[in-house]
Amino acid sequence: MIKQLHFYGGIHPAEDKVAQSVPIVEPPILETYIVPLQQHIGAPAKAVVAKGDQVKRGQLLGEAQGFVSAPVHAPTSGVIREVTTCLGPSGAQVPALLLASDGEDTPAEPMPAIDWRQAPPGDLRQRIAAAGIVGKGGAAFPTVVKLSPPPNKKIDTLILNGVECEPCLTADHRLMLERAEDIVTGAQITAHILGAKTILLGIENNKPDAIEVMRQAVGDSGIKVCSLKVRYPQGAEKQLIYAVTGRKVPSGGLPADIGCLVQNVGTAAAIADAVCRGKPLYERVTTVTGTPLVSPGNWRFRVGTTYADAIKLAGGVKEDPIKIISGGPMMGMAVYSLDIPVIKSTSGILLLSQDELTQFDVRPCIRCGRCNDSCPTGMMPGILSVQIENQRYELAEKWHVMDCIECGCCAYTCPASRPLVQHMRRAKAEVQAARRAAKAKAEK
Amino acid sequence: MTTVILLTVTGLVSGLAIGIVVKFFGTTPNPLEEKLLELVPGANCGGCGFAGCEGYAKAMADGSAKPGACPLMNDAVVQEICALLGVESEPRKPMVAVVCCSGDDDHAQRMAFYNGVNDCQNAMLVAGGGKGCVYGCLGLGSCARACPYGAIEIRPNHIAVVHPELCVGCGKCVLACPRRLIKLTPKSAPVHVFCSSPERGALKRKFCSAACIGCRKCVKEAGENQVSMNGSLAVINYDNPPDAAVAAACPTGALRTTAIMESTKG
Repeated sequence: MIKQLHFYGGIHPAEDKVAQSVPIVEPPILETYIVPLQQHIGAPAKAVVAKGDQVKRGQLLGEAQGFVSAPVHAPTSGVIREVTTCLGPSGAQVPALLLASDGEDTPAEPMPAIDWRQAPPGDLRQRIAAAGIVGKGGAAFPTVVKLSPPPNKKIDTLILNGVECEPCLTADHRLMLERAEDIVTGAQITAHILGAKTILLGIENNKPDAIEVMRQAVGDSGIKVCSLKVRYPQGAEKQLIYAVTGRKVPSGGLPADIGCLVQNVGTAAAIADAVCRGKPLYERVTTVTGTPLVSPGNWRFRVGTTYADAIKLAGGVKEDPIKIISGGPMMGMAVYSLDIPVIKSTSGILLLSQDELTQFDVRPCIRCGRCNDSCPTGMMPGILSVQIENQRYELAEKWHVMDCIECGCCAYTCPASRPLVQHMRRAKAEVQAARRAAKAKAEK
Repeated sequence: MTTVILLTVTGLVSGLAIGIVVKFFGTTPNPLEEKLLELVPGANCGGCGFAGCEGYAKAMADGSAKPGACPLMNDAVVQEICALLGVESEPRKPMVAVVCCSGDDDHAQRMAFYNGVNDCQNAMLVAGGGKGCVYGCLGLGSCARACPYGAIEIRPNHIAVVHPELCVGCGKCVLACPRRLIKLTPKSAPVHVFCSSPERGALKRKFCSAACIGCRKCVKEAGENQVSMNGSLAVINYDNPPDAAVAAACPTGALRTTAIMESTKG
């Protein structure tokens, strides 16, 4: 028997990938787009256009503020109607631009294409920064920061993340089927920048067609496609590294500590676009799915498309959705407004119907230990949550609460329906606040 | 049998050792401190700013704390302590906590149903638990649990209310509230502004029918320098508070006395 690659712990929830056979659709140009200036982790971009300005597709709207930040580009041509704020998927108000489209979709002058095989890594990094590329897997961390590891940390392995372990989501799956060449080029560019020798591509074996297509696309480029056993959260950075290389990221460390870098396949395709075609990042593939929808599918949305428009494009709803989630069912955030725009990291919009929603009665921990078995980081979420409820955050820190990746496996398996992830998030917030306070005190 | 003998001997030896250590290395307790320790209330609420009542007694004994700092002591005890320490007693201003929000379920809108951990700090992690007004009371009781005197009640329509007769003004709830809604105010002030949102009046009205909309009626009604405006939010000058009659001028009910608003819905 062939040994199947996977990691420790995890769960296998129902996959429900109903949109996996639906090809990516290019939606028509909408009348308005709400383009948030913060679509990434880090400082929000600073608007370089004012109310009433004419902009073209791909034109710079906001420039990066500092190193950990990313610029924002216009999704279509039109007029900036207002400099305002909008609700982000996290529930916080973020600065945004209201763009009224003129329907022409006139492109701006693209950046010159770069022959990446000859170009120095510095030029390529600059281009990736200028194109506003951020990690498209979900966290939206600016890619250029990731591609600039400290000089004492040598990256030898680039791992491409085509796992898409979240149930319901199929955006990466479709992208691999339809843009395999670009993903390979993007991966090669990234490896060229980092000087990485090995490129591995992890795909779960519930996507045999994607594995086949990618194997053909990589050809003799030296990229190895790894078929992985289906297990959530295989797409988490540290879990994927362990599954494909057997290396373990130390507690509190980064993948760069063990010479690895993980990149989403969508990010790789965006890098290929930016370098080979000079196209900035202003669109992404998003899965719109859920039983209340008439036609679930995958769309290449421009950033700034509101969820209301996205749902309308997906044929509207046949029954009232009771819960709307930005992202996948495991790690996504529930949203309470449809005026939230699609941003660079929106991998999915999931609608749940009344009978799919469960309201839990939280009961005390019965010490069954299921959460311990399912935790991919090897923590003890149940016992930890009891300590966190009693506000023992220092103890929680000692028990490695900061290693929690908030995957939700513990809460999924808990027979007492305890909101374990929320407890972990609370402890993480408290520990971070305490660390900031200690740092401020030390500086004083 | 051996066990009994062994334990007895161990006990005797340890007891002797402790006795010797206390005899030769023990500190003589400060008689003033001991007396003060008897007079402090022993609630250990931390309202004085010291670690418990013992810490406060010690601080008073060495002169680094004033007798009036404890919110719980009555004036007679303060006088007694002043006499013991040989200092003049200063006039005290009893304080009381006020939750500056009227946004209960009858008045404020909720955008989403919250089904998470029953704690305000936790709800703040998920976009404020779906409360429309991002400044309003979440009503999950972080302040009520922090109160050592049980003076804060979470009403059935999900708002925290301070019972002024039970509140001693220790200020623990002020720190517990993630939305910073709780203010310590002089007990003598009859009316308060039960709204903390700095937004424009129209925007506040969208989410809450009992918000301060910045109409300035109370400013006109009150005497000079008693109520002022900070943007669209009325601010009471607690050094010169207006009397209770001003509350009648408020069209939304944001300016009112500490009397609990009765729920209009069943």
